[in-house]
Amino acid sequence: MKSEFENEMKLEFISKSSNEAFARITVAAFASQLDPTIEELADIKTAVSEAVTNCIIHGYDNRQGIVKVVAKLKENEIIIEISDKGKGIENIEIAKEPLYTTKPNLERSGMGFTIMESFMDSMEVESIVGLGTKITMTKKIKPKEEETEEEFEMITKE
Amino acid sequence: METKFYKKDKVLVFKITEEIDDNSVQKIRRRADYEIERYMPKRVIFDFDSVSFMDSAGIGLIIGRYKFTNMLGGKLEVANLTPAVKRIFEMSGILRLIPVTRIRTNN
Repeated sequence: MKSEFENEMKLEFISKSSNEAFARITVAAFASQLDPTIEELADIKTAVSEAVTNCIIHGYDNRQGIVKVVAKLKENEIIIEISDKGKGIENIEIAKEPLYTTKPNLERSGMGFTIMESFMDSMEVESIVGLGTKITMTKKIKPKEEETEEEFEMITKE
Repeated sequence: METKFYKKDKVLVFKITEEIDDNSVQKIRRRADYEIERYMPKRVIFDFDSVSFMDSAGIGLIIGRYKFTNMLGGKLEVANLTPAVKRIFEMSGILRLIPVTRIRTNN
């Protein structure tokens, strides 16, 4: 029987901010199997970076913990789950508001969730205070139009 | 990040060459504040020409430096924004406050 997902990967790492680049680059490399454009790949990298940063500085409050990233490919869609076992979010609706931040002194802009929502097709937040937070994001990769063949014909006709 | 100070016009240019995220801004912030305080420039320009990645940490970085520069009597500008960088800045609304310029990067 064919499994529900065509491909799947799991990544776990310590909540250090130096791992943010590692996480987004790894997810982008995995997503490249769907043949995304550079822009689509940049959107995914940015959304992953925001979610992982949230786990590290909010979920774990810069204390040590494990950040878990799961990415699944299904047809032309990537599903990304990023979770921590940190302190959780008390009011998700308020946390999602643009410019809302609990850490203005750290020069946080409060734009993390807004960026995730607008760069991905969907974003869901599940959180239990004291237990942790899980972000699930999806993005459809648009199929590429095959222009090359036509162009090639035109060149050979001349 | 590369720093250049143009003495005559009191212009301080920071050319950011690394990816901008929560990890890298800590270093960029410290270095930039140190140089701004040291030179007391009239204009501070952050050049984004070589920035291949930026997340929302870049917004906080620029707002913070904008306030710091203003406090010391200077003006802050951002230059050579890539489409990806521009998109993130536009979402936050900071470009209503901070002028965008183009500068030539002399390598």
